[in-house]
Amino acid sequence: MEWNPIILTFELAAVTSAILFLLALPLARWLAFGKGWLRPVVETLVAMPLVLPPTVLGFYLLLLFSPQFAFGRFLVEQLHLRFLFTFPGLVIGSLIYSLPFMVQPLQAGFSKIAPNLLDAARVMGKSPLTIFLRVILPNSRPALLTGLVLTFAHTIGEFGVVLMIGGNIAGETRVGSIAIYDQVELGNYGQANHYALVLFGITFSILLLVYLINGGYLKRLLK
Amino acid sequence: MMEASLHKTLVNGKRKFQVQLELQAVQGELIALYGPSGAGKTTMLRLLAGLETADQGKMVLQGKTIFEAAQKIRLGLEERKTGMVFQETALFPNMTVQENLEFALRKGQNKAEIAPLLEIMDIGELKARRPENLSGGEKKRVDLARALVSRPDLLLLDEPFSALDPAMRSRMQDYLLRIQAEFNLITVLVSHDLGEIFRLARRVYEVKEGKIIRGGKPWDLFGKGEVSGKFRFTGIILQIESADLMQILTLMVGSQPVKVVITPSLGRPFQVGEEVMVVSKAFSPMVFRLDEKED
Repeated sequence: MEWNPIILTFELAAVTSAILFLLALPLARWLAFGKGWLRPVVETLVAMPLVLPPTVLGFYLLLLFSPQFAFGRFLVEQLHLRFLFTFPGLVIGSLIYSLPFMVQPLQAGFSKIAPNLLDAARVMGKSPLTIFLRVILPNSRPALLTGLVLTFAHTIGEFGVVLMIGGNIAGETRVGSIAIYDQVELGNYGQANHYALVLFGITFSILLLVYLINGGYLKRLLK
Repeated sequence: MMEASLHKTLVNGKRKFQVQLELQAVQGELIALYGPSGAGKTTMLRLLAGLETADQGKMVLQGKTIFEAAQKIRLGLEERKTGMVFQETALFPNMTVQENLEFALRKGQNKAEIAPLLEIMDIGELKARRPENLSGGEKKRVDLARALVSRPDLLLLDEPFSALDPAMRSRMQDYLLRIQAEFNLITVLVSHDLGEIFRLARRVYEVKEGKIIRGGKPWDLFGKGEVSGKFRFTGIILQIESADLMQILTLMVGSQPVKVVITPSLGRPFQVGEEVMVVSKAFSPMVFRLDEKED
């Protein structure tokens, strides 16, 4: 069995989780505390990847990045950025595809902070940034962990988007889920089974760890 | 010296609610706001704190104008020195007691300024603990200490002790009196507890539908100043028993239940939970020394 697709899968999941974490923090903060008519619109957009078939997302990204059209041509010719059938392209697709899995837990966590904690910090004259970094973030630790892990695990499960914009290039875009599909197509059920078992085992362990931590089981075990 | 004249219209759907606060206080004075829930007392406190911005009016604290709508003056909260204690504890769960107090330090303040507060509030031993490991009374003491870290000009207390049991509430009131004497603060206390107001406040203002409808010394407002009784205390009715033509009221006074025998008056009958004042005009009262046991 080739380990390369598995390694690539985790690379993609790690890079996506890290970038999305930083992007989602300000977005989730605004969704949790912001006001105005724009908020429900953005909330809806963020949730769209939950209900859209990944192929729809992949299809539009394909059009966007394709040099056949103006924007894709601009990217390739002016900025020398190639996103179709490349790893960076997969990262962009994953960022959009996994957006709700990061933003929604963070938003829920931030909203749960007792309002009088925020009022108390404001009366002390603390700036919104200080309040966010020293009060809101440290008191949303379970939400941060949940967001990170769900994003990571969900990116591992990505298939449709990758197939549309990444294809099946060994070492570049052939992630685990694609490798399984590829092996089944070739009739190598044994190989496909190996990949599938590895992905199952690892994602199960990751999720189990999160539920153990957030449920306080681990703390009790270590006491 | 504090002078506040702050007006704000709150809009909740189609309903509009006007809050009009007119308040003056001098250094060292504790004034209370009293009134039913939803009367606007908390909004008044939030206006004084700067957590809400008034539509109209002016606020001057220690000779400095910190808010004036007409001149578009609105000092940021970092430039006001206000301390506030909420009904529910507002300690940051991620910080220890010491860290909570340090977080409240303003720019230019020294960590050493925290030590005397730990001592006054008897929380030195709790320094390294997190809020989850404190009792209700301990949390309140830390809340109060933290509100004083910035050496505020104005201390705002929003029903701070209402969730505590009577004995603990009475102890917290002692701490507050101690602080009041030590720091010479202007304190505004929102309270439902007339006993607390009688004990702590020099003046009380009654709030109704967003406005202060009357104000004065607690005895003058709620004490029926015309009665010439010698003994008076306030309490909450716990139980009403009827016996022939008499009624026996069990009252909670401070942390002690007290039974009082009365003849029912013709007016509205008393109900359990009501706050009442007992005035005794007895000519030959019995007096016991506190250190001698009753038989």
